[in-house]
Amino acid sequence: MKQSDSKVANKDILQIRNLVIETDSQKKPKQLVKGVSLDLQPGEVLGVIGESGAGKSTIGLASLGYARDGCVIAGGEVIFNGTDILRLSEREKRTYRGRHIAYVAQSAAAAFNPAHKLIDQYVEAAVYHGVCSAAEARAEAVELYREMGLPEPETFGQRYPHQVSGGQLQRAMVATAMACRPDILVFDEPTTALDVTTQIEVLAAIRTTIRLHNTAALYITHDLAVVAQLANRIMVLRNGELVEEGDTRTLLEAPTEEYTRQLVSVRHLHKEASPAGTPVMTLSGLSAEYKRGVPVLKDVSVQVDLGRTVAIVGESGSGKSTLARVVTGLLPPIEGSVKLYEASLSPQLKHRDKDTLRRLQMIYQLPDTALNPRQKVEEIIGRPLQFYLGLQGADQQQRVKELLAMTYLDDSFMDSYPWQLSGGQKQRVCIARALAANPDIIICDEVTSALDQIVGEQILALLMELQRDLNMSYLFITHDLATVDAIADEVVVMQHGRVVEQGAKHEVFTPPHVDYTQRLLNSVPDMDPAWLDRVLAAD
Amino acid sequence: MTPTEYFQTGEPVAASSLQRPSLGFRLYHSLVEAPLSGQIGLIIILFYLFVIVLAPWLAPYGESTVVGGAFEPWGGSHLLGTDSLGRDIFSRLIYGARNTVGMTFLITVLTFVLGSSVGIIAAVLGGWIDQVVSRVVDILMAIPLLIFALLLLMIFGSSITAMILIVSFLESTRVFRLARAVSMNVVVMDYVEAARLRGEGLFWIVRREVLPNILAPLFAEFGLRFCFIFLLVSSLSFLGLGLQPPTADWGAMVRENAMLITFGKFTPLLPAAAIAVLTISVNLVVDWFLNKASGLSK
Repeated sequence: MKQSDSKVANKDILQIRNLVIETDSQKKPKQLVKGVSLDLQPGEVLGVIGESGAGKSTIGLASLGYARDGCVIAGGEVIFNGTDILRLSEREKRTYRGRHIAYVAQSAAAAFNPAHKLIDQYVEAAVYHGVCSAAEARAEAVELYREMGLPEPETFGQRYPHQVSGGQLQRAMVATAMACRPDILVFDEPTTALDVTTQIEVLAAIRTTIRLHNTAALYITHDLAVVAQLANRIMVLRNGELVEEGDTRTLLEAPTEEYTRQLVSVRHLHKEASPAGTPVMTLSGLSAEYKRGVPVLKDVSVQVDLGRTVAIVGESGSGKSTLARVVTGLLPPIEGSVKLYEASLSPQLKHRDKDTLRRLQMIYQLPDTALNPRQKVEEIIGRPLQFYLGLQGADQQQRVKELLAMTYLDDSFMDSYPWQLSGGQKQRVCIARALAANPDIIICDEVTSALDQIVGEQILALLMELQRDLNMSYLFITHDLATVDAIADEVVVMQHGRVVEQGAKHEVFTPPHVDYTQRLLNSVPDMDPAWLDRVLAAD
Repeated sequence: MTPTEYFQTGEPVAASSLQRPSLGFRLYHSLVEAPLSGQIGLIIILFYLFVIVLAPWLAPYGESTVVGGAFEPWGGSHLLGTDSLGRDIFSRLIYGARNTVGMTFLITVLTFVLGSSVGIIAAVLGGWIDQVVSRVVDILMAIPLLIFALLLLMIFGSSITAMILIVSFLESTRVFRLARAVSMNVVVMDYVEAARLRGEGLFWIVRREVLPNILAPLFAEFGLRFCFIFLLVSSLSFLGLGLQPPTADWGAMVRENAMLITFGKFTPLLPAAAIAVLTISVNLVVDWFLNKASGLSK
């Protein structure tokens, strides 16, 4: 803050002063953004970071003079090149949007119109704002596509959005936002929905483009390691307020606020491997397919020992979630068997008895959809107690309280509905529900990937504590190698439905690696601004 | 860091501040907050209910007693005159509310019990069961409702029981479609999968996991369906296939007195107006609920 204030004010291309954004409600407006100010100089990249609900996306949209439905900009100024955008009429605001300030959304798949070719959607904005003719725009598009390393730049634009991969689509989206050569780009979590390996391509493309065209950018994300690769400065937000702002290196090396310190130290959980023990679950030679002749799992064998964690790692489409479906009986395998201790499990869910089902519990990726919104926490956790163990009335209530205490939730939550809880609290309720059944093994399907990093780390720590206390075994599915380091004893790396590498964690993670493992390992962003350069140089 | 340390520095605890107020308070609150149209609709519906419950005390004469000459004019001892047989039209209008609205309500409830339970079960089970039931429903829906109802009533005879069953059966195809469609969105949720993995039976999944989550659209549909069934029952009565004389019924009353129109009297239109007003009021209330359920305050 101090640095930028000392500079000549009109040198900043964008200034936001005391921005206040509230929910649009007559009676009790709730403040989402509480007087945040920021400055952006031409060509500068400002990282805006915070967990969900911190107000970072709201600020990003406000810099285009826009507020989502249900929100109103209640105060403050957004000054672009000396003009306060908030005071302009809706028509005048539109001459700025896309032309001078452009927006890149989180999900390119949702932001592109599936019925039009990419190039047509590129040309639209440039022609609308009268920047250039359609033909010129097309030529420039090809140039941008080439800069971003898209395949066959001359004809790339002729494709429809569904004909390109997620990472390519996200890059095409950045190109489209660049169509009018705007002065500022607002990136709203552009890589969050992507795999780690594709994330690198997109980050590299974004960096090349904004440097080449000297575009200023607001880069909004919850991932500090990602933003460190791009931003000159970072501001940390929490609950709509500024926590800390500073130069990227300074902020990473010497954070002054406790909250920033937590953010910086995230991803540093590490688990020492525990010794092998009795095998709890043995998967041998599993193969499965959704459509006849199109295998999604090929000959997968995994063993989970008592009190240990086996992590299944891979990109999306590698078959790791299918493995969970096979184990739980939702998708009967065409070959192979699932054994719980000595007993072979029936491949079909409906042929498994109640006690088998009890011993195998699952925790889902999205706690929002894993809990029935019409059931109170007491019923959600109480049902397995009643269903499997026949606990009723006071006994059941007592046990629910114990389970809540084990997951660090208050008794008062018994009476809450899921929508009254935060994401992390919901996931803890899911854990309590799984524990209620006294399972032998819990399958965790990407349990932290929908959560903010600090909250996700709390969940991992909780799972580890439960493992120590109850000698619980986990089959842990994830795409995030930092998570693997935090919880796993053994690692199974999967690609295209096959096991590429498997073994004890330290073996898999020590060189030499299989190519694919190496690529996955390289793709995990370090909390180091030089990481992207290093990876790109190595390629 | 251990979890204990995490959660002490961790998230705000929200639960205690979210104590819900009592049901009575919430009802009163939402009534006061309701838009004017919704309040008017509710008042009219309550008025109809009042009439239905107190019909014998409100009506000056019996439902089918002949109390005077044919087609006596308005005023005097007969507020709205008499019909072709000399029965008091005002009294029959009041009793008609009882018969027509009561029967419509019964049919609507039956329609929903049948349509939504089959719809949810089809969505939960999926596979060939869903396919077969859905296609059968498609075929039933392809035949115009009124004509189909007339045909079935001709085959099974026009007793009240037959009409209730036939109309509920035919209307339930519409409810089936809605219930199945909204259930489809619910059955893909992880909490339904979790219930399946837990080993829960069909009944539990339908009643505890799916039904509570589709109540809002079903309830809205209940209001609209009530109106349609109301009109259908009245149409059937008008055509002579509904409630049989001398039972007072609004649809039949229009038919019985239709000839009065040629003499410039609008008495036969009064039952029709009663039908229209109730239909509109129900719709107003449904609109209000829909708005509330979808979270739109304006």
